Amino acid sequence: MTATHGDALVVGAGIVGAACALALARDGWRVTVLDRAYASAGTTSVGMGHIVVMDDSPAQLALTAYGVERWRELAPELDARSERDPCGTLWIAEDDAQIAALRSKRETYGSARVQAELLDAAELVDAEPNLRPGLAGALLVPGDEVIYPPGATLRLLALAREQGAVLREGAAVTAIEANGVRTDSGTLRADVVVNAASVGAAALTPELPIIPRKGHLAITDRYPGFCRHQLVELGYLTSAHSMSGQSVAFNVQPRPTGQVLIGSSRELAGWNAELNRDVLRRMLARATDLMPGLGALSVIRAWTGFRPATPDKLPLIGRWEPTPGLWIAAGHEGLGITTSLATAQIIADRIAGRTPAVDDAPFTPMRALAAAPVQ
Amino acid sequence: MTERIEIVVDGSTVVTTRGTSVASALLDAGVTAFRVSLGGSVRAPLCGMGVCYECRVTIDDVPHQRACMRTVEPGMRIDTGAGE
Amino acid sequence: MTATHACDVLVVGAGPAGIAAAANAAECGARVVVVDEAAAPGGQIWRSSSHTPPPRAARRWLRRLRDSGAAVESRAGVVDVERRGDGFHALIEREHERVLMNARAIVLATGARERFLPFPGWTLPNVFGIGGAQALLKSGMTVRGKRVVIAGSGPLLLPVAASLSHAGARVVLVAEQAPAGRVMRFAAALWRRPFTALQAARLRAAFMRTPYVFGTWIAAADGDERLTSVEVVDADGGRRRLACDVLCAAFGLVPNVEVARLLGCELLDGFVRVDGQQATSSASVYCAGEPTGIGGVDLALVEGAIAGRAAAGHSPAPADVRRRNRVRRAARELDAAFALRPELRSLADESTIVCRCEDVRLGQLDPSWTTRQAKLYTRAGMGACQGRICGAALECVRSWPPDTVRPPLRPARVATLLPE
Repeated sequence: MTATHGDALVVGAGIVGAACALALARDGWRVTVLDRAYASAGTTSVGMGHIVVMDDSPAQLALTAYGVERWRELAPELDARSERDPCGTLWIAEDDAQIAALRSKRETYGSARVQAELLDAAELVDAEPNLRPGLAGALLVPGDEVIYPPGATLRLLALAREQGAVLREGAAVTAIEANGVRTDSGTLRADVVVNAASVGAAALTPELPIIPRKGHLAITDRYPGFCRHQLVELGYLTSAHSMSGQSVAFNVQPRPTGQVLIGSSRELAGWNAELNRDVLRRMLARATDLMPGLGALSVIRAWTGFRPATPDKLPLIGRWEPTPGLWIAAGHEGLGITTSLATAQIIADRIAGRTPAVDDAPFTPMRALAAAPVQ
Repeated sequence: MTERIEIVVDGSTVVTTRGTSVASALLDAGVTAFRVSLGGSVRAPLCGMGVCYECRVTIDDVPHQRACMRTVEPGMRIDTGAGE
Repeated sequence: MTATHACDVLVVGAGPAGIAAAANAAECGARVVVVDEAAAPGGQIWRSSSHTPPPRAARRWLRRLRDSGAAVESRAGVVDVERRGDGFHALIEREHERVLMNARAIVLATGARERFLPFPGWTLPNVFGIGGAQALLKSGMTVRGKRVVIAGSGPLLLPVAASLSHAGARVVLVAEQAPAGRVMRFAAALWRRPFTALQAARLRAAFMRTPYVFGTWIAAADGDERLTSVEVVDADGGRRRLACDVLCAAFGLVPNVEVARLLGCELLDGFVRVDGQQATSSASVYCAGEPTGIGGVDLALVEGAIAGRAAAGHSPAPADVRRRNRVRRAARELDAAFALRPELRSLADESTIVCRCEDVRLGQLDPSWTTRQAKLYTRAGMGACQGRICGAALECVRSWPPDTVRPPLRPARVATLLPE
């Protein structure tokens, strides 16, 4: 496909950058993706790979629902290395109060045309026998998926390359300018520059209120069939939503090999990537609380990562007015995988003068200039 | 001690001696498929000292036990070739 | 189930170095606990079972260890260790429970593992390591009547060949990859060290009929669901097929430095750097034996003694210091004699499995990738062995430096990792 537009530079070859590269390349742009290290080196490599509808706000609901839909559309183009698993999500209710909350959640999902069905206690036992007995039920969201983010990122980049996109690794961007970027080997000019630099985005566009939000994960040896869906507790929303302190929330995911990925934790620890044993212990304790059988499983590895978090929990997607040619695609916290394709499509649509499929006003990066400073 | 004891390997009784490692007992019983790799090939002990994890078998219903690090006990049930 | 204990000196590993360290530390009055994954103390070289009694030197030392009052926790693996207050806090996993151990000082005597280099067919059943075959033999494996090929590098080849031969195996080939000249020069130097020369002579006599050849290696192993033959490359470059039932193949030893790295100990050329008292760069952490440099039993014992005394706050015995320096010199010459030839780095072809845990083939690994890229893109090194088998191979084949060490130090149950 010949380029019908000009040059586009995407800063960051994580999943969001890769998705932007693909969307722009398919729109006819001559795309160059720049990464200071290599594809999927950052946050993309350390997260859970969930593709999940999240309703902590109407804007998030719309964006994640759109994101899930885009992944479903792209599914035929994914490869084995992407490890796509349409396993669905089960939101767990521990008691009747939480069941009431799930009922309301089902209505909310319904309003966004996202399929969700309530399971009672017996149905939940059937669906996930290894959950602790006595749970009240769950909300099944069958459209949710799980992928392997590094694999999917490489696939998106490969698809972008089919449209002529170029990936330059080991190419650190030191500054973003009007219609261009500065690197160690000189300045590159482009009509469009996309800042998709994840936790590094604010180093390039300082007004962006993105701070690193540390998380822990652990993965087990292979236990095929131990869990069949992504499992999340309702409290996950509270944990994801609050900005302060340390919190853990039950979030467990099966991998195609039968390994169980155990999460989640959130804390503000600056850039300290060291494993925090206390947080890891509490995270595992919460997990075994809801899934006692986990206690006997063998953990092979544990690690940490940084989510790019914003104060209002919404990503920054759109034009950055103060710098000609600059677009922002960053600040996705724990939803980067989920909303990567949606983010990319919104950016591509706006650049092309098309109206995006969702209302993107809540995501405007310009709100950073209007808002109060980050806590 | 050359006391003979019985263990159960994949449902069949195997006679071995006290003090033998599970790995050695299985090898002597002619087992070559301790586990099946991700790609579907059979694997057996390599390092003999608990480092490689190739000799993993299920012992008394507990999966992923390194056979070379365990000693046979009377009545022990071992299941091999666990597809992973 | 959790048990909490405290001691003055925690010794990790109950091979010769750990046994010597623990006995010495306890004899100095320290409360000592030795933690070891195996069923009984002895490590690899002094491994014993109902089938194999410990050698005489081992029996003396084991008696001394018992008499010293040091406690030995067998079938116990260190999963994590961190500084806490003035000392250390270790998380130990046993078969059904965990143990929390507080210690003032630590002696790392974690030994070494074998270096495996990938070659076509190396994943076939009945391909073992050399020390690996010895370990399995001592734990009861029968080799009577089996045709065995032993190939690789280093002084382990002959003793293991002798053991297997003594147990009734037909050792059809012992192939040392190092050229004859180098090994002969090393052997010629043995006259200066009467004990090793005697051992070598005894071994040679043990199986005079077995071909022990130099400059020879195994290029491939073949078989369907188990090994049936190997492809031998002779010193003159000729290739031939040799039918066999068992292949023992390994290429030297790799020090187990994971615990040391987790504790922040500095390494030098891949080994733990220690001073004259076997102290590492990390305060109150001592290291003895193979992790400080491959040197065999004699060096392990004397380093262990020095480390144990130091951990208990005592200076070393001057005789130990002299002996250590003497034995260390011998160890260095051994290294040079058995250095690995370059051909061994290119035995694997594109379809050869490099990461056995995750079934990653050499062809899937782009040489321009860092270790981390290889891990992320293919999951090589992300399996149960935590990169210990493929990592050593990859370091050798592609010069990839090892990754950061985090707990758990080896796979551990979730229950072990819960709050204390």
